[in-house]
Amino acid sequence: MTGSSAPANGTKPKQYSYYPGCAIKGTGIAYEESLLEVYRLLGVAWQELTDWSCCGAQAYMTVDAGQSCMLSARNLRIAYQSGSHDIVAPCSACYLALRKCKDYVERYPRMREVVGDFMPASDLQAIANVRVRHALDMLYVDIGPSAFRARATRPWPGGKVACYYGCQAVRPYSEVDRDGNPMRMDELLEAVGVPVAQWPLKTKCCGSSHTGTLHEVGVRMGYLLLKEAVRRGAEAVITICPLCQFNLDVYQKDMTRSTGESFDIPILFLPQALGWALGADHRALGLHRGISGAETLRRWFAGPREGASDG
Amino acid sequence: MADAPRIGVYVCHCGANISATVDVAAVAADAESLPNVVAARHYTYMCSDAGLALVQADIRELGLNRVVVAACSPHLHEPTFRRALASAGLNPHLLQMANIREQDAWIHTDRESATRKACDLVRAAVHRVALHTPLDIRKAAVRPDVLVIGGGIAGMHAALTVANAGKHVYLVEREFSIGGQMARYDKTFPTLDCSLCIQAPKMTAVRTHENITLWTGSEVEEVYGHVGDYRARIRRRARYVDENLCVGCLQCVDACCYDGDLIPDAFNMGLSGRKPIYLPFAHAVPTVVAVDPGSCLNFTRGGCDRPCTDVCGRDALDFDQTPWVEEIEVGSIVVATGFEPFDARKATEYGYGIYPNVYTSMEVERLINASGPTAGEVILRDGTRPQAIGVIYCVGSRDERYNPWCSRVCCMTALKLSHLLCERTGAEVYNFYIDMRAAGKGQEEFYQRVLNDGVQFVRGKVAEVCDWALDPSEEGKLVIRVEDTMTGYVRRVPVDMVVLTVGMSPRSDSDELRRTLNVGCSGDGFYRERHAKLAPVGTLTDGIFIAGCCQGPKDISDSVSQAGSAAAEAIALSVKGSYDLDPITARVVAESCSGCRVCMPLCPFGAIGYAEPGGKCEINAALCTGCGACVAGCPSGAIRQGMFDDAQVFAELSGLLLGAGSGSSGSASGRVPPAVSLQPSAEATGSALR
Repeated sequence: MTGSSAPANGTKPKQYSYYPGCAIKGTGIAYEESLLEVYRLLGVAWQELTDWSCCGAQAYMTVDAGQSCMLSARNLRIAYQSGSHDIVAPCSACYLALRKCKDYVERYPRMREVVGDFMPASDLQAIANVRVRHALDMLYVDIGPSAFRARATRPWPGGKVACYYGCQAVRPYSEVDRDGNPMRMDELLEAVGVPVAQWPLKTKCCGSSHTGTLHEVGVRMGYLLLKEAVRRGAEAVITICPLCQFNLDVYQKDMTRSTGESFDIPILFLPQALGWALGADHRALGLHRGISGAETLRRWFAGPREGASDG
Repeated sequence: MADAPRIGVYVCHCGANISATVDVAAVAADAESLPNVVAARHYTYMCSDAGLALVQADIRELGLNRVVVAACSPHLHEPTFRRALASAGLNPHLLQMANIREQDAWIHTDRESATRKACDLVRAAVHRVALHTPLDIRKAAVRPDVLVIGGGIAGMHAALTVANAGKHVYLVEREFSIGGQMARYDKTFPTLDCSLCIQAPKMTAVRTHENITLWTGSEVEEVYGHVGDYRARIRRRARYVDENLCVGCLQCVDACCYDGDLIPDAFNMGLSGRKPIYLPFAHAVPTVVAVDPGSCLNFTRGGCDRPCTDVCGRDALDFDQTPWVEEIEVGSIVVATGFEPFDARKATEYGYGIYPNVYTSMEVERLINASGPTAGEVILRDGTRPQAIGVIYCVGSRDERYNPWCSRVCCMTALKLSHLLCERTGAEVYNFYIDMRAAGKGQEEFYQRVLNDGVQFVRGKVAEVCDWALDPSEEGKLVIRVEDTMTGYVRRVPVDMVVLTVGMSPRSDSDELRRTLNVGCSGDGFYRERHAKLAPVGTLTDGIFIAGCCQGPKDISDSVSQAGSAAAEAIALSVKGSYDLDPITARVVAESCSGCRVCMPLCPFGAIGYAEPGGKCEINAALCTGCGACVAGCPSGAIRQGMFDDAQVFAELSGLLLGAGSGSSGSASGRVPPAVSLQPSAEATGSALR
């Protein structure tokens, strides 16, 4: 897939390597739909990484860091060879896996040996030139709140939101945003008129893979987040990671069951809210895909009657 | 020197500092074969009496007329060996040092290459020293007066010590009162002496001492000259009040038409407000008000009725005052500019600036102070009184994200504040520490005392301070999340007030003064002492001494001790009345000088003059620092510099290069590869769930 718009002044715009990762093509499809819609509206040129593979994130990294890095190195090499040296990963786990791979290869001779078994030294050096970008980093730094403010055409129809950054985007590298009290998502949303709740749990664990392995533990992590968000007046949570979004969106019924407190609030992706402000169609933003908070979403975005089952 | 050179080479082991990495016996053996070398020896401690005696005996018995010492940096022991030569009847400048410690043994790990390098350095020194000529040390007068920069506890103590010795002191303080950080404290550890009761008499003594000229609201703008003869320009800020007329009655403050005490009071860490005309603090010295032109309506709105002027019976207000510059001449300078508390906003995880009831330790000093904004009552920003208080240690210290160093005083500060908070509020006080560092006289005993106060101690680095509740007991509280390393659990401790014990940072503008004074700093940004043990208050610039926290974090006792030591050094110079001019200064060889004057603008010290009658340039040796700029710049080669003759420098270089090709690669690779550690740290996320 590629995307671009006619360059206004005839110059060739910067092109990004877009690395979706597995979740974006599945449970987090609304993230891809909305991000690419925002890119289309803003005229951002991008090109999906050819023949991309698993990033090697999460569990893989803990079992065998070397093999995990090999996978990421492969993707980074494709980005280098494509000529688009900024690789944008919307998923925080993908971002971190790619970023770690670059860092480890640079820092650890042993890692250079391991990955070097699989690619020539020249390729290993070349990936140092690839810049690993999280979607939030790209939207904030390369586009910026003032550009969004200038392009925003539609007022926010809903209530307050809580900005949820999760852990991997800001730790350990803190390049996407600072690790204590990150603010970039808050600033982008406030720029387009979305009211943001003061909520100190921005980088607290979403439960991660625990929702699959130690289900009750994982669900409780998500519950703590949502309970506090609701208490502080948030009517939706905005995320930048498909795993965060999934854990908070999918298990609200389980939270209700285990705590007796009723939860039904929408969990959105950042570009869904930004895209709405830019005037995008709610379906093009995947706003019909959420599982929880369907009623709220219908009320806010006033789309035709569509069920959550479409996602 | 008609005699042929007879050179002795002395290689020092420096205990094992050098000999562990350099084969000193091999270096000495290699030196024996060098031209003009009569004797080459190695010894455990060349700088010791026995080592020096070895050199002196050889001078006498073997008729040595040149000496090479291969040991540490000349900064350390060149003076020692020069003295040894002198007392054996040899001119002290017939010595050359080869630095095989700092520039060799300490920075290499490969013994073979390090030994080769030592041989190279010794060979260079042997070639050079053969061309050394005797030089005469001349003496220059030392101005008796002393400049002390900074009027905190260290600066005041240094000033008083020098003044008591009968020497005149200029004490320059940036703020409008002396007293420094210590003036903010309520009590001092470990004795719980009232801080003001210790300090106030000292402040008065400084103001009234006949040998002290006190300039507050003043800063050192420029310093030039050298040891014994420094000239400083001191910029004095306008305070818009005549210091000689104001008696601090404060009627002008009451009369000021500015509505309300709205300007954050810096002395009270912003916990209270003041008017545009104000006394820096209740016990300020001098007790003279100042006008803040940033908020005074007379400046911001171009005029007001000036009720302050009307009410002042002594006609002390002077709105036409402008800044002015004082120029002084002194023999030495003591720098005591202190520290800056770590900015707690940087450590976002502790919520300072986000949650109103999170305080820094400096704020709490004011909050519990009888002359503070609440007259010593612990009333929080939201008007409540705390039932539970959490004191967090090491904020901005021992943290690689901010300052990696231990600030040394914070453990005791935290204990002191815990004791006082316990006493004044009856609240439950929790301490969160990494390690308890109560080193120093009476300090461990104080720790025991606070343990007996019933203060709770949790050993662990706090992860965060937040305001979200996990259960009803936490509602409306600040929650401290911490891994309790004694029990192995992650704990959540709900409190009403959080105290962040902030560490010490170098002053943010310390680099400016450092450059003005030509003083170095260590990697942490604090001013660097000449030698940690041999010259702990000296700097690499002769006649400039450092004391107190500008040199590194320390408590009041240590600051005062160091200030006394710096004062003693200044007094020693002043009393001696003269200093030795190192004859490395430049001189013009008149017959070669064409009078082109190219050298004159090159000299940073204005040491070069032009004599009209002869049409030649002349160098004032007292002003010359031996930087060499004119020597290199002279198109006729007419400027020569002691110890840096072309012939000497080239001989040194050829001595060094003679070893080339004999296998010395110069690439002593001592780099240790970093360990590959890819195990993710175990995060105890589950334990927060109880």
